[in-house]
Amino acid sequence: MKQFLIFVRKEFAHVLRDRKTLLILFGLPVVLIIIFGFALTNEIKNTKIIIVDYAKDLATQKLINKIESSPYFELEKSIRSHQEIEAAFREGKIKLAVVFPANFNTDLAHLHQAQLQIIADASDPNTANTLTNYLTMIVLDYQAELMQANQVPYRIIPETRMLYNPQLKGAPNFVPGVMALVLMLVCVMMTSISIVKEKELGTMEILLVSPFRPILVILAKAVPYLLLSLLNVITILLLSVFVLGLPIKGSILLLFAESTLFIITSLALGLLISVRTESQQTAMLISLMGMLLPTILFSGFMFPIENMPLPLQLISNVVPSKWYYQIVKAVMIKGLGFSAIWQETLILAGITIFLILVSLKNFKIRLA
Amino acid sequence: MIPAKSIICKNLTKQFGDFMAVNHISFEVNPGEIFGFLGANGAGKTTAMRMLCGLSIPTSGEAMVAGFDVFKQTEKIKKNIGYMSQKFSLYEDLTVLENIRFYGGIYGLTNQQLKDKTEELIQQLGMQTEAKKLVGSLPLGWKQKLSFSVAVLHQPKVVFLDEPTGGVDPITRRQFWDLIYDAANAGVTIFVTTHYMDEAEYCNRISIMVDGAIQALDTPHNLKQKYAATSMDEVFYQLARGAKRAAD
Repeated sequence: MKQFLIFVRKEFAHVLRDRKTLLILFGLPVVLIIIFGFALTNEIKNTKIIIVDYAKDLATQKLINKIESSPYFELEKSIRSHQEIEAAFREGKIKLAVVFPANFNTDLAHLHQAQLQIIADASDPNTANTLTNYLTMIVLDYQAELMQANQVPYRIIPETRMLYNPQLKGAPNFVPGVMALVLMLVCVMMTSISIVKEKELGTMEILLVSPFRPILVILAKAVPYLLLSLLNVITILLLSVFVLGLPIKGSILLLFAESTLFIITSLALGLLISVRTESQQTAMLISLMGMLLPTILFSGFMFPIENMPLPLQLISNVVPSKWYYQIVKAVMIKGLGFSAIWQETLILAGITIFLILVSLKNFKIRLA
Repeated sequence: MIPAKSIICKNLTKQFGDFMAVNHISFEVNPGEIFGFLGANGAGKTTAMRMLCGLSIPTSGEAMVAGFDVFKQTEKIKKNIGYMSQKFSLYEDLTVLENIRFYGGIYGLTNQQLKDKTEELIQQLGMQTEAKKLVGSLPLGWKQKLSFSVAVLHQPKVVFLDEPTGGVDPITRRQFWDLIYDAANAGVTIFVTTHYMDEAEYCNRISIMVDGAIQALDTPHNLKQKYAATSMDEVFYQLARGAKRAAD
């Protein structure tokens, strides 16, 4: 045990003396949170739109006022005929056009039903989709007001609710994603590099010749990164609560327990990489390409997995960050308990055990 | 009970598939002896050394190191041997003192032992002013001497040195050999591989490996006589020229 502590102390000395590593360790989460939180927002604000109003009645006026007062839209101009719409789109100034037909109010009053046309610039489908949704929400909102005022009991009010994220904020999605990303990066890359470094320096040989057990070498290397990663989790959570104003709805204890599990998964991955590689550069490349990229692509935090073709969906199942991402989302944003995430936890634990077994087996083969 | 011999090898063999890396080698090394283990690259030196250090299990044969069996008692062997490779094996981002404490620590030295040993070692190497400097800032020769001292810190019975003087100047090499002699005089068995034939002359006895087998084993003096050579260089060339394996 004393030997183990001496080893852990040595590992801490390595980490704490390497300024660059420290900068990555603690700068990365802060930078990512700020980039994703403020710069890379997928909320679309102040989109320029044009409105063609053939009706010019009370109803359309109210609706236009509502649209104008929304933070998402900014009225570029009102035009008279829809021929001008295409020209405006071509200029690229506007992203959305709304057309009210001539008899909008009459239809609404008599048929209890009116139509309006939304034209979006779908060259960027995601933006178009989002904008259309925003506008539909505004129309539905107006419709709801109308219903209440007129007390028409037989009308079915279409109710759309944005669950968990009513303001459609971007933050809830990316905080768990950033957590997965940072933990993956710190644990996988740092562990694999630190073990491979010992191989390169030749110190690994000395350690293997010493009576210090190889398995303890691995464990002692994992300890500092486990602690530092937990510190990273705390940093990210503090930033998300106090800087982004995103509260943690579920149990913090559960969140930390699950994070610890994911950290162990990542450490095991790092171990596997280090067992199979001989140079720090290779270890770094594999960690970046093999681990970071799948985390970004397949965890569901950047690109929805549901939209992927089946083979890619299947691949995403073996990416540990996907499960961790879902767990963090469930606990942090939806406030769910362990009963809701036990399956994901079980899968993650399974992957972890598999990785540990495979890397230990490889480790032993190398020794023989 | 400690046997009279530090290392005993009988028909030690390591086979990787069809490849006989080490082919039935037999030799004995006495306590306090400096035993030179020579051979061209790819001759099987490293594999043989790894087996003796308990890092690799032999395919067949017998071997005892410091009185322990390489098949069954590798843990005990590890406690009784020291090892130094050509890469110096010190942590450059730790100070001299920290390196000493770390290596002493993983060999299970007590705090008191560590303290005494550290003082003694710093004194012996004359590194009082450098003790708190990072190893990375030291000149190569110092690193190497420190590396050797660290390898014998836990007072092993046998020390394995794998090309310990690669890449250093002749003066530093000479000083390094002084350290080796000191250790040998104190009763430590030295098992050393080298490519420098002048260093081979410093050994009590040397063995020359060719294609996985030991071709010659004697004192440098006797070997030179036997092969009618004026230097160890010539002896080595005569033997190694017949090698069929390509150097790796």
